[in-house]
Amino acid sequence: MKKGWISYPYIIWMIIFIVVPLVLVLYYSVTSTTDGHMVFTLEHFAKALQPTYLKVLGRSVLLALISTVVCLIIGYPVAMILSGRDLSKKSTLVMLFVIPMWMNFLLRTYAWMTLLDRKGVINSILGVFGLPQINILYTDSAVILGMVYNFLPFMVLPIFSVMSKIDRSLIEAAEDLGSNSLTVFLKVIFPLSLPGVVSGITMVFMPAVTTFIISKLLGGNQYTLIGNLIEDQFMRVYDWNFGSALSIIMMLIILISMAVMSKYDKEDTGGVLF
Amino acid sequence: MSKHIIELVDLVKEYDGTEALKGINLYIRQNEFITLLGPSGCGKTTTLRLIGGFETPTSGKVLFEGVDITNVPPHKRKVNTVFQKYALFPHMNVFENIAFGLRIKKLEEKVIKEKVSRMLEMVNLEGFEKRSVNSLSGGQQQRVAIARALVNEPEVLLLDEPLGALDLKLRKEMQLELKKMQKQLGITFIYVTHDQEEALTMSDTIVVMQKGTIQQIGTPEDIYNEPKNAFVADFIGESNIIDGVMLRDFRVRFAGHEFDCVDKGFGTNEDVDVVVRPEDIKLISGDDSLLQGVVRSVIFKGVHYEMQVEDTNGYTWIVHSTSMAPVDARVGLSIQPSDIQIMKKVPMK
Repeated sequence: MKKGWISYPYIIWMIIFIVVPLVLVLYYSVTSTTDGHMVFTLEHFAKALQPTYLKVLGRSVLLALISTVVCLIIGYPVAMILSGRDLSKKSTLVMLFVIPMWMNFLLRTYAWMTLLDRKGVINSILGVFGLPQINILYTDSAVILGMVYNFLPFMVLPIFSVMSKIDRSLIEAAEDLGSNSLTVFLKVIFPLSLPGVVSGITMVFMPAVTTFIISKLLGGNQYTLIGNLIEDQFMRVYDWNFGSALSIIMMLIILISMAVMSKYDKEDTGGVLF
Repeated sequence: MSKHIIELVDLVKEYDGTEALKGINLYIRQNEFITLLGPSGCGKTTTLRLIGGFETPTSGKVLFEGVDITNVPPHKRKVNTVFQKYALFPHMNVFENIAFGLRIKKLEEKVIKEKVSRMLEMVNLEGFEKRSVNSLSGGQQQRVAIARALVNEPEVLLLDEPLGALDLKLRKEMQLELKKMQKQLGITFIYVTHDQEEALTMSDTIVVMQKGTIQQIGTPEDIYNEPKNAFVADFIGESNIIDGVMLRDFRVRFAGHEFDCVDKGFGTNEDVDVVVRPEDIKLISGDDSLLQGVVRSVIFKGVHYEMQVEDTNGYTWIVHSTSMAPVDARVGLSIQPSDIQIMKKVPMK
């Protein structure tokens, strides 16, 4: 291939910052140091499969799933309205979505801490009206809220882009053949939007299952998801081998979920749904 | 034959304050093949969409068998549409596409199968049931689109430039096939096209439209031989359109000479448009004719030559002839009185 050299800097970059670290992680995960000697071992993986850690893993996957479902339930109608033709509604909605994005991810999450705090903004306002207080900070609900809030755009955008590409004449054709708006949605719009839904689910689930910042800030110090567990191994316990093994397991989970999703994607665009 | 299945009454459609349709009045007889013909932006597609129910008129009414259906949504109308770019459902195979309307009517699976396979037979696509619509050629997709609409046994079929994306040969084949289907099924076809030849080939009635108004309604012969104004003459086939003055009945002056003609009923010395079809001009030897000119260009068109002949007044005539005069030759142009068409001047803007 001519001009292949143009890609060399990128290839070098990739090797240094992606391939080498991955190899290192893999190396650490299957070795341990005894008396200054490196030996091959699978003990870290065995440790990771102990019930304590499996529970953490299970909880991470569960919370990520819940957040993904909530994102889908909120995001799908939003994407549908955005791709619609009513421009006045559109611009307001786009602004509502875009403005928070101008803020840093961490700041946004810190903001939720202040909002949800026992003596925070929401409870003060509720107090003024004599309404019951809500105390969800440092619970699962707060973590899910944080994930949904931060990852919602990743659900909305792919669905929106697939939906706005649906040919309007397909909708007219369905109407012409006797469909009311519900049937048009069920038989045409929804099946055609599925590729967007699939990539939306992937794009929300992946960061949700690995997050450690949201769970740390909104879940409290004792709150442990798989992301926090890995972080702890590297930053506090200094057990890089175990941390690496956990990371490899995490990566496998993500790879498997991606493979499953892409399989669904292919089936749905080719076959008949209803 | 004479029953009016659809009537359009004073239809006006505005988009953001500009009028796309300026008061259309039209009736469509049962079982006829009617074509809305005009350049792009003339309002023909808008008219079709109003009949299909995809747009609501700013004012005016659409009547179906005498009943006002102006505000009836598309899914409750007894018409079906073949869309310009087919609009086949990409997530369904050929069978499911055609069965779409039948499934919504919740027909029995056996009946659906029967009807779909009869349709596939009619459009020559037997054995294509399981094929994905994306794997079909343009012509095949077109046939699926037609089958999908016809399987619902509509009383009126709307066709929005359905052959626009096909190549010339396929288009000609499909024109004949569509006409055959229409005769066979005995349903009304409302066809939209900008292709005058297509309109002449297929239609029982042609409606020529321009700038949101109807210019002329008539049979293909009427429209071609007796265009009502210069726009119609120019749009239907090639024409020489030249300013003239009607001196009195049966006598017209144009291109610096007086000619006999077959038209009457114009005012004395009224300004008119004179239209002469290129194939109605005969080339004769230069000396014994009223009109004389010099050949400026010759193009071979297959069946005939197309020549541009500049007369002594500087007007360039388009002449179609099977015989050829070389460039720069001096020729005479002869026009029979019956081939001179006189039209009232209409503002072309």
